[in-house]
Formats: sequence, C-alpha cells, structure tokens
Amino acid sequence: MSLESIPIQAFLIVSSSLFCIGIWGLLNSRNAVRVLMSIELMLNAVNINLMSFSSYIDNNLIQGQVFTIFVITVAAAEAAVGLAILLSLYRNRVTVDMESFNLLKW
Amino acid sequence: MSIAITTQIICFTVLSLVILIGALGVVLLESIVYSAFLLGGVFMSVAGLYLLLNASFVAAAQVLVYVGAVNVLIIFAIMLVNKKEDLKPINDIKSRRIISTSICITLLSLLIRVDLTNAWSLSSPQNAIGEESTIRIGEHLFSDYLLPFEVASVLLLMAMIGAIVLARRDVMSKDISTGLPVDQELIEKSSEPLLTNKN
Repeated sequence: MSLESIPIQAFLIVSSSLFCIGIWGLLNSRNAVRVLMSIELMLNAVNINLMSFSSYIDNNLIQGQVFTIFVITVAAAEAAVGLAILLSLYRNRVTVDMESFNLLKW
Repeated sequence: MSIAITTQIICFTVLSLVILIGALGVVLLESIVYSAFLLGGVFMSVAGLYLLLNASFVAAAQVLVYVGAVNVLIIFAIMLVNKKEDLKPINDIKSRRIISTSICITLLSLLIRVDLTNAWSLSSPQNAIGEESTIRIGEHLFSDYLLPFEVASVLLLMAMIGAIVLARRDVMSKDISTGLPVDQELIEKSSEPLLTNKN
C-alpha cells in the first residue's frame, strides 16, 4: 500500500503520548521547576494537535496555526510569571520541594 | 510539500522518537539540568514536526520563543534555585505512583482510541497553500484575529510587569511586615525565611 502522506493519526498519537507524559511529570515531580517543564510539554502537545488539524482539515484558512501562535504567546507569559512565583517562593521557604508547599492545606 | 513520502516518513519517525524519549527523559531523569537541556531538544523536534506540516512561520516562532526564551528562562531559574537538598521521603509514595501511572495510561488509551476510531473529515488536496501560510497568518492577525492579537500584547506586558514585581527584592526602605530596614545590596544575605514550616 502506498501512502499519499503521513496519516493524521500518527501526529495525533505522538501528541497524545506527549500530553500523557506531561501529566505524569506534573503529578509525580518533587521539584517545582520540573513541574513547570511538564506544563510546557503539555502545551507543546496541544500545539502539535492544533497544527496537525490545521494542516489536514483546515488547510485553506489555517486558523489552527494562528491559535498555535496565541498558545505560544500565552505559554511564554505563563513561564515568566511561573518562574517569578517560584523564585519568590524559594526566597521565603528556601526549598523547591513540592511537598513542602502546603500553606493552603487545612 | 515537495519532499518524497519516504523521506517524510523517516523524518517523522526520527522526530517523534526524539520527542517521546526526550520527554520521558525530562520527566524521569534525576538531574534537573539534564532535564532542561533535553527539554530544549524536545522543543527543537516539535519545530521540526511543524516544518513537516508545512508551517515554517510557526516553526520559527517555536524555536525563537520556546528554545530562545522559555528554555533559557528555565535554565536561569534552575541556576538561581539550585540547592542540593535531601528530600523527605513520603510514606505512601508507592500507592501515589500506582494511582498516577494508571490514570495516565487510562487517559492515553482513551485518547489513542479516539484518534484511531474517529473518522476525520480530511480535506483534499493536502497542503494546498504550502508556503503561503505566512501571508495567510498575517492576514488573520490583522483582520479577524485583531482583537486577540492586541489582547495578547497587553497580556505579555502584564506578565512582564507581574514577573518583575514578583521576583524583585524589596525596593522600599522599610519592610512592610516587620518595620526593619531592608538590605538593598546585590547579593542576598541569609535571613530568616518569612514563612516557616510549622509541621
């Protein structure tokens, strides 16, 4: 069987796997920086999804690519604010261990 | 795209293997510095996937923003908070691992099932606009996506100011909570942490 192009399912499976790896890292990391990295992985998985849909289903208007640009923008803002929060948290608690951030626990 | 299908498949396989193995390395490696550099590799490979999907502008944006800005920011944060510390062991770590891993595997199988069974209404011909996509994105950004574009710029400004406010040292001469004079030197002296661990 000869293929015309790579099937869209291949891209979708890669992005699903990347998303699940990101969720696993988010749930299991003890280091707060690694949690932020896992969030970036999940955002990238979503971007791959949007880009493949844009290329395979909506290849005339490519609104998925515009959405991806906005997601990249918001991800950059999120990373900056997240790391600033992490720095001030580290200044106050002198640790980056997620298990010690239990201020809101009752 | 004018690349032969065999080349496309080889490129796709290599890029997805790099993405998945790199992501596993980011999550599983002991050293956080190795994780940060592997994360850069993952971002580069995602940009390669975008090139395969005929989106050169988004690939360039991905490299500039993710590899050039976000990854460098993460490496700086690691440098600033990199302290060797012995983590307290958690007693129910095993059950947590089992529960989180099973949740992730369930979600993965669900997503893959949706991917494979849904009948996608693919449009033909594929990649009709090709290299014109950059022009098309510009048209979108300045016509029907103009308001989100402006809001995104305001969001970036707010995030920048917020990051500065959150991460700076105090600029006032007196500490608000204690009333003591604040040391404003460049290098931070060791001080009592504001919020001590009560347990």
